Amino acid sequence: MISFVSRRLLATMAVLLVASFVVYQLTANSGDPLEDLRTSRDPQSVAKMATLTEKLDLDTPTFFRYFKWIGNAAGCVIGQCNLGISVSRGDEPVASALGSAMQSTLSLVLLATVLSILLGVAIGMTTALRQYSGYDYTVTFAAFIFYSLPIFWVAVLLKEFGAIRFNEFLGDPHIPWWVALTIGLVFGLVLSAIVGGRLITRLKTAGVALVLVTVTLVLLDITQWFANPSIGIVGVALLGAGVGAIMLFVTSNLTKRTMQFSIGATILAVVALWYPFQFLWFYLNTGWTILIVAVILAAIGVAAGFLLGGDDRTEAMRLSAVTGAIATVPLVLDQMFMRWGDYTQLIPLRSGVISTIGANTPTLANNSDTWLRMLDSSTHLVLPTLALMIISIAGYTRYTRATLLEVLNQDYVRTARAKGLPETTVIMRHAFRNTLIPIATIVAFDFGAVIGGAIITERVFAWQGMGALFNQGLHAVDVNLVMGVFLVTGVAAVIANILADLAYSALDPRIRVTEK
Amino acid sequence: MPRKKMSAPRTEELALSELTIEQRQTEGLSLSTVVRRRFFQHRAAVTSVIVLIAVVLLAFTSVGTILGGTGKLAADTETAQIVLDGTRIAGWWPFDWYHNYPITSPGGVPSWEHPFGQDTLGKDIFARVMRGIQQSLTVVSLIGVLATTLGVVIGSISGYFRGWLDSLLMRTTDVIIIIPGLVLGAVLGRTVGGNALSLGILLGLVSWPGLARLVRGEFLALREREFVDAARVAGASPRRIIFSHILPNSIGVIVVNATLLMSAAILTETALSFLGFGITAPDISLGQIISQYNEAFKTRPWLFWWPGFFIVVIALCINFIGDGLRDAFDPRQRRMPKATSLTRQFRELTGGGN
Repeated sequence: MISFVSRRLLATMAVLLVASFVVYQLTANSGDPLEDLRTSRDPQSVAKMATLTEKLDLDTPTFFRYFKWIGNAAGCVIGQCNLGISVSRGDEPVASALGSAMQSTLSLVLLATVLSILLGVAIGMTTALRQYSGYDYTVTFAAFIFYSLPIFWVAVLLKEFGAIRFNEFLGDPHIPWWVALTIGLVFGLVLSAIVGGRLITRLKTAGVALVLVTVTLVLLDITQWFANPSIGIVGVALLGAGVGAIMLFVTSNLTKRTMQFSIGATILAVVALWYPFQFLWFYLNTGWTILIVAVILAAIGVAAGFLLGGDDRTEAMRLSAVTGAIATVPLVLDQMFMRWGDYTQLIPLRSGVISTIGANTPTLANNSDTWLRMLDSSTHLVLPTLALMIISIAGYTRYTRATLLEVLNQDYVRTARAKGLPETTVIMRHAFRNTLIPIATIVAFDFGAVIGGAIITERVFAWQGMGALFNQGLHAVDVNLVMGVFLVTGVAAVIANILADLAYSALDPRIRVTEK
Repeated sequence: MPRKKMSAPRTEELALSELTIEQRQTEGLSLSTVVRRRFFQHRAAVTSVIVLIAVVLLAFTSVGTILGGTGKLAADTETAQIVLDGTRIAGWWPFDWYHNYPITSPGGVPSWEHPFGQDTLGKDIFARVMRGIQQSLTVVSLIGVLATTLGVVIGSISGYFRGWLDSLLMRTTDVIIIIPGLVLGAVLGRTVGGNALSLGILLGLVSWPGLARLVRGEFLALREREFVDAARVAGASPRRIIFSHILPNSIGVIVVNATLLMSAAILTETALSFLGFGITAPDISLGQIISQYNEAFKTRPWLFWWPGFFIVVIALCINFIGDGLRDAFDPRQRRMPKATSLTRQFRELTGGGN
């Protein structure tokens, strides 16, 4: 395996070198960095041109300049990065520009990618299981539309309807009863289509969903929840129970008593610890607290699994630990929503809660309250994340649907059904796990591509990430900047490629990486 | 899926029902007939073909087009008027895309005279959108034709001959694939400047790697089959084996992926133009229109809705056609008959006594 990885690494590094040469030449010849100065009437423009030429070494032909650049860039391997300076960013070293841009890109794209994978796979599976139903057709059609949407168009629409109109709604939150009823009806219809089966079951599901959603919305409206949203201990309990139920369902353990007890105990512990944790959140006001809490809750999960797991002790410990760790999310959300009232007072009056520009409110960037800053970032993240998600969810949905359909036609699924396993077990154990193999490779590729940033989304939402750097560099013929971005994306793609291969062989024992 | 068309006599139907469904569908028919029939059963795909043809006709007949020249706008130094480079063929639409007209309705709101509205200068948006469609479709077709040809040729050569030629071609493919598409397009688009023809040709020259890899995979599998051996023993030249024996067998993969390539191409082109790297003002493309009127969404939303609408329509049509072709070519993706129709067939077979 080591020989496989090193061989692949060597081959792709050679490819990367050639590609970087091509990009360097293309960028350097795509325009004239001195163009602005040549046409300007500034009496000092000649002197400025001379200094710029000196700085960028423009007198050397681009062919040789590349080798100078690559020589300096090779220092990155031994930890001394010199990627040159970026003229268009006021002589900032490219390496430092890349550092801050990477951070902002990752915060933007990681969340969007993770969420779209989870949602896309879930939706894709439900459509495959209800193949050729009205639900399947609707989702397939919607996926096609989303797939055909230009992201810059979606982003501008989101700005208008997701931010400006939604902020107006938040300014005076009131949901008329008929809107609540319509939303309930839509939920009920969608859910009944997913559930499928006999008409009476579907009607029951639709009815329950309709009543639940409508009543919740009306209750939230009466209690003025939208004016001052909070989660509180009740919200944490509900969300925690939801996480537990999903964990049980995904691992097809819904009917196992031991699993129910062990995961239920973990969730109870989370709710019980809600009050004591308030002190922890308050006195340890840093991002690391999240990790600490997650570890504590995971440990409680392990203990619950150990004590209540019975025959399935190992699996119960593992599942409860994961559930506990995930249950940290509602707790953190709770902290963020507690600052909602303060936050609406602190932000500039005109901008509204859901922001359309940038990664944070400048006046709050150095606030000492971590949770307030997180809330601020979240309100800035909502729209670009949605824009990115809409399009990638469509792709994942289609891919998962096709893969699951293919797996469901395999002999081992028929065998599993023939020996009388419950349908949930067949789907979640036998079919779903095999569906994940091809999806895992796609995910690896996607994460590789993600580092390059979302050039268009970043531009529409004025986000200072990798895509914005690339855009800026290309417009100003700033070769060093473009090459810096390319280097990072290229290396990320190479690593993702190798990881995809390794993941494939780890998940599917029929494939061996040593075979070429 | 119940086939209404096959209203054959009942005895024949009973005889046919002995066969499996796919046998019945393909019995004694050539590949092209089977594919055509299956494609025409795909309602969304057929609708898409019609819509796409309608859009193309509308775009090219309404405002006419330009033959020869670069199609760029330039100021004539003698008459001080704006002229186009090339011969313009007029269409039935009374306005063109480069003149400013008097604003007929307040704020340029869509009216009978200007159904898509006008911008602040009084330009007719319908004419601009139509011209944008022409430009975008030109780029997409060029990319489609060039990338497919290159992908097929390179893929088949490296898959058939293997050896050092294969390594060389595949490493070249790797080099192009590793450069993100938008990056390559942006650098190239900036280098050549905003012209639909040159942009289409350049993007076509770099969009083939994905298809080449797929074709190579097909060739690697097919070249080991008996019919290829038979042809080789009979003394067929490599060229003949590639083009008459292997290529027709991989036509499904090629056609489907060429369509998908084109649906991606329209989004790439509009995105590039939106960023200002593709087709740039004063020339027009759908992405460029949206980019130009980006800030006007609050005041003049129609400047924004129409070009976006046509991008979505074109991309959607191409995607659906691709889906229809995939279903038609790939028997595994065939539509399963619905449970109701299966039950009916079963009842017919058992004489309805169940």
